[in-house]
Amino acid sequence: MDPKNVIICRCSDVTLQDLYELFDQGYETFEELKRIKRVGMGPCQANTCGKMVQWEIAKYFNKPLEEVKFQNMRPFTLGVKLKSIKEAADDDEE
Amino acid sequence: MTMRNKANVVIIGGGISGMAIAYNLAKKGMKDIVVVEKEYYTAGATGRCGAGIRQQWATKMNCLLAKKSVAFFEKAQEELAYDGDIEFKQEGYLIVATTKEEDEQFDKNVKLQNELGIPTQKLDKEAARKIVPYLNMDIVTSATFCPTDGHLNPFTTTDAFYKAAEKLGVTFYKFTTVTDIVVEHDEVKAVVTDKGTIETPVVVNAAGGYAKDIGKMAGVDIPVYSQNREILVTEPIERMQGPMVISFSKNIYCQQTPHGAFIMGRGDNRPPGYAMDSTWEFLDEMAKTVTELLPPIGELRVIRQWGGLYNMSPDHQPIISDAKETKGFYMACGFSGHGFMLAPMTGLLLSEMILGEEPSMPLEDLKLDRFEGKDITNMEKSVV
Repeated sequence: MDPKNVIICRCSDVTLQDLYELFDQGYETFEELKRIKRVGMGPCQANTCGKMVQWEIAKYFNKPLEEVKFQNMRPFTLGVKLKSIKEAADDDEE
Repeated sequence: MTMRNKANVVIIGGGISGMAIAYNLAKKGMKDIVVVEKEYYTAGATGRCGAGIRQQWATKMNCLLAKKSVAFFEKAQEELAYDGDIEFKQEGYLIVATTKEEDEQFDKNVKLQNELGIPTQKLDKEAARKIVPYLNMDIVTSATFCPTDGHLNPFTTTDAFYKAAEKLGVTFYKFTTVTDIVVEHDEVKAVVTDKGTIETPVVVNAAGGYAKDIGKMAGVDIPVYSQNREILVTEPIERMQGPMVISFSKNIYCQQTPHGAFIMGRGDNRPPGYAMDSTWEFLDEMAKTVTELLPPIGELRVIRQWGGLYNMSPDHQPIISDAKETKGFYMACGFSGHGFMLAPMTGLLLSEMILGEEPSMPLEDLKLDRFEGKDITNMEKSVV
């Protein structure tokens, strides 16, 4: 399959071809790919693409998968409305 | 990869400042320039910042640095010949006043900015509402607006400087940690890293949050400290807000990036240190403030939060300087939260200083020795 037609990160529209181009530019870690192309930065926070990105790094650079670092995990796991956070904070104060 | 063992200059820090300094030196023809970064590029404050570009300051020095930096950013995509997109958007900063004191201070700020050629306007409530219709008019009393302020993507802008510098022959070592600086007879001799030692007569400290520690390695005491500031981002949505909205009294900045996500942050007074944690306290306060000032934003979902280090100087203005005690040691630090947007001038001024050229602007208010035995009278107040 043409890597141009393989979507890796569907939140940020990043294809396998995009990853290959970044690899060739010397960007070899999840954190770097994320910053240049927004892989894993969308609403799913890499819950969908994370493993695939790790696999592709491992394959391309011929590394064992367990040596490929995942991105730094940050809150949130799931999107939450600012209004809901505010309401919960107000409830706590009552 | 073997590390080179000699250089004309070693720049410590692969954020926007380090990249801009490397680019300017290389453009002026300097050879054998090395940049050392302990993680990946933009891993520190650059990649954690609010991505805003502002010229509305309360001190002359910050106004001038910002104005000249914006002039560079306006042509950066072409000058740096970047194949990506630096996502420059000039739709202004709307700074709102919510108190009488603020309103009076803003009159002074606008006067200063206009005298320096920055096109800021003072707006009444109605004019402010025309720019951001959903502003809470019960708390806003007036505002200032500069249409040429705006947004830039910190990652791709840094990448643009990096690639332009690399084309000019600069050598980069990422994932490489500086462990010591060798100084003999008060002169810089070498930089020691975990991958090898590089002999050099010039070292530039562009280490952001870690600038004080790098200073210590060279025997230079820099009066800065680092402090965690938190920030969050929402899901991307259709375009609804042109300018960055700021309130100093409400402690908030909030903008929509060209990509569609809203970025917002505030500056809670944390103890000095290197923690960059994400707290629920920040989240609660941020949610309360943004839903009060910009009510419809409350409908957006937060997808990520993070922290980053402000490197605070005594007058909240940058230190772009050489060091009296150690020959060959230079620094760009203490930006107090604004290093990203001032980087074009940081790069230009430091390259001129290192090469002994005539400076593009007066340097006395940027030098390290401005703090010696003096009370601070020229404090920048316009900081979130």
